[in-house]
Amino acid sequence: MKNMKSSTKINFATYLGVVAAYIVITLLISNGVLGRKAAALLVPACCYVVMAVSLNLTVGILGELSLGHAGFMSVGAFAGIIAAMSLVEAVPFEPLRLGIAMVVGAVCAGIAGIIVGVPVLRLRGDYLAIVTLAFGEIIKDLINCLIVGHDSKGLHIIFNFKGLKTVDDLGLLDGGTVIIKGAQGATGTVTIASFTAGVILILITLFIVLNLVHSRSGRAIMAIRDNRIAAESVGINITKYKLMGFVTSAALAGAAGALYGLNYSSLQATKFNFNTSILVLVFVVLGGLGNIWGSIIAAVVLYVLPEALRSVADLRMLVYAIVLILVMLATNSPKLKGLLAKVIPHKKGDEVNE
Amino acid sequence: MEFLSYLISGISLGSVYAIIALGYTMVYGIAKMLNFAHGDVIMIGGYISFCAMSYLNLPGPLALLLAMVVCTALGVIIEGLAYRPLREATSLAVLITAIGVSYFLQNSALLIWGATPKVYSPIIEGTQTVGGLSVSNISLLTMAACIVIMVVLTLFTSKTKMGKAMRACSEDKGAAQLMGINVNRTISITFAIGSALAAVAGVLMCSAYPTLMPTTGSMPGIKAFTAAVFGGIGSIPGAFLGGILLGIIEALAKAYISTQLSNSIVFAVLIIVLLVRPAGLLGKYVPEKV
Repeated sequence: MKNMKSSTKINFATYLGVVAAYIVITLLISNGVLGRKAAALLVPACCYVVMAVSLNLTVGILGELSLGHAGFMSVGAFAGIIAAMSLVEAVPFEPLRLGIAMVVGAVCAGIAGIIVGVPVLRLRGDYLAIVTLAFGEIIKDLINCLIVGHDSKGLHIIFNFKGLKTVDDLGLLDGGTVIIKGAQGATGTVTIASFTAGVILILITLFIVLNLVHSRSGRAIMAIRDNRIAAESVGINITKYKLMGFVTSAALAGAAGALYGLNYSSLQATKFNFNTSILVLVFVVLGGLGNIWGSIIAAVVLYVLPEALRSVADLRMLVYAIVLILVMLATNSPKLKGLLAKVIPHKKGDEVNE
Repeated sequence: MEFLSYLISGISLGSVYAIIALGYTMVYGIAKMLNFAHGDVIMIGGYISFCAMSYLNLPGPLALLLAMVVCTALGVIIEGLAYRPLREATSLAVLITAIGVSYFLQNSALLIWGATPKVYSPIIEGTQTVGGLSVSNISLLTMAACIVIMVVLTLFTSKTKMGKAMRACSEDKGAAQLMGINVNRTISITFAIGSALAAVAGVLMCSAYPTLMPTTGSMPGIKAFTAAVFGGIGSIPGAFLGGILLGIIEALAKAYISTQLSNSIVFAVLIIVLLVRPAGLLGKYVPEKV
């Protein structure tokens, strides 16, 4: 262990931590300590962890504010559902089908990432943020118009732009299944998502993101974040590396979306609206920009806590809002920071320049 | 004729967006922050005027005035408590705080007024018919209010001392402070103006589209933000132009292309405009200095 770089040690600890958490939670479930309600939160929690880590790649590592990350999750979710539902007979083995669905989700979201990224990454700062928001809303509206069915002839897809077409317009043969019903979303999905798959997805995501960050390309991406002009002047291809980070992030969100979509028998495109993008952004910012560990912890805590507080349903979001404001003030206000620094002794090498 | 009536409903909708966008753009111009809570101030304005009219039986104009006073106070309090301590923080930290404020306002409204939509009674009723074309009074009022507000704000920022202080702060806060301008007070006043405009927009919007819910403000807020960016964020005529154009595009898209995709079409136009003019229609493009 002594010869390892400190970053490698931290990465190793991260993988180990995820695996340890998996083992502990699995044991708790098999002993019946965790109830059915808590167990139902596990898969979505895994999805949000992957979402947070992948958004951290865009916001923390690449340094571009994205307000439309849920759009990619949406593309992945519905692509994954279509893939999984059409392969019900062809691939009876569920984990394999789930794997294929996640790959399809990732590829589709990656393609969406390229389509969105090429125009968006030319813009800067707040303009980039508003355009990602716009793309997120457009993706939501488009998927809301989608009617998809599957029969022995293959996939049938129609766009319901005017709101006049119905499922009957698909012209399905006998024995065909309707997968997505426009604004009603995907209904009757066979739920094949599992906690194990979620943890494997987290590990793959960590592997991809951590390796990217510590590679030559990752250093180029961070150089662009820190000073675009300086990076350009030493010959870094800005568009290429920005797009690399953005598309990787989109593809991972797509895989998470596929897992999320296959966890519910019914899912609407409106689930992946602006608020979901913001929710994930809050995970990333509270976890710490560029800090992968922080994103994981923030995503788990901030997803599970409000769900656990359902008994005080009316107050929980109010409390959440107040806590959010107070945390932001406590960590960013110079006055409060000074106070905190006096109370909590300073750790060496803890200072990070934003 | 049909086209004209769609156009007028578009301009009326656009006027609401423009009033909200004017508030947005002023706050952005000076504080350089995306105030996501702006849309929720609109919603609070709507509820305050609703309560004033249905529980206190106040007449429309008085209810509007009350909503403006409450929202102004709210805007100044929000700025002082949540945004002022973060003046030196990164823009992302301020953004998340603004989102926190937005959640706070929405959930407070949910606790106070409940989730069931309230049916808003318009502050003025009736329609005018000119040559077979009927226009509701509220549309006329909205358009008139929008133009008056735009003109007054332009005069205010260009002629008065306070307006000059605002422009100075938006150019360079440090230099403005050296010239003896109280930056914090200037920013507070900007928030006060922005929130008062949000209240006006809230009353006009609820009069035209009479359902009031805790989430009523969020979509118009986003649209107005889009309008401000569309016209060039930080520019007052830009916000006006952006708002009106956005309203017209939305109304025509709804009428002729697709109801479900009208929002998407608005956003698609925004994307295309930004790709051609990265600083918006009337925005100044400032090249980076090395």
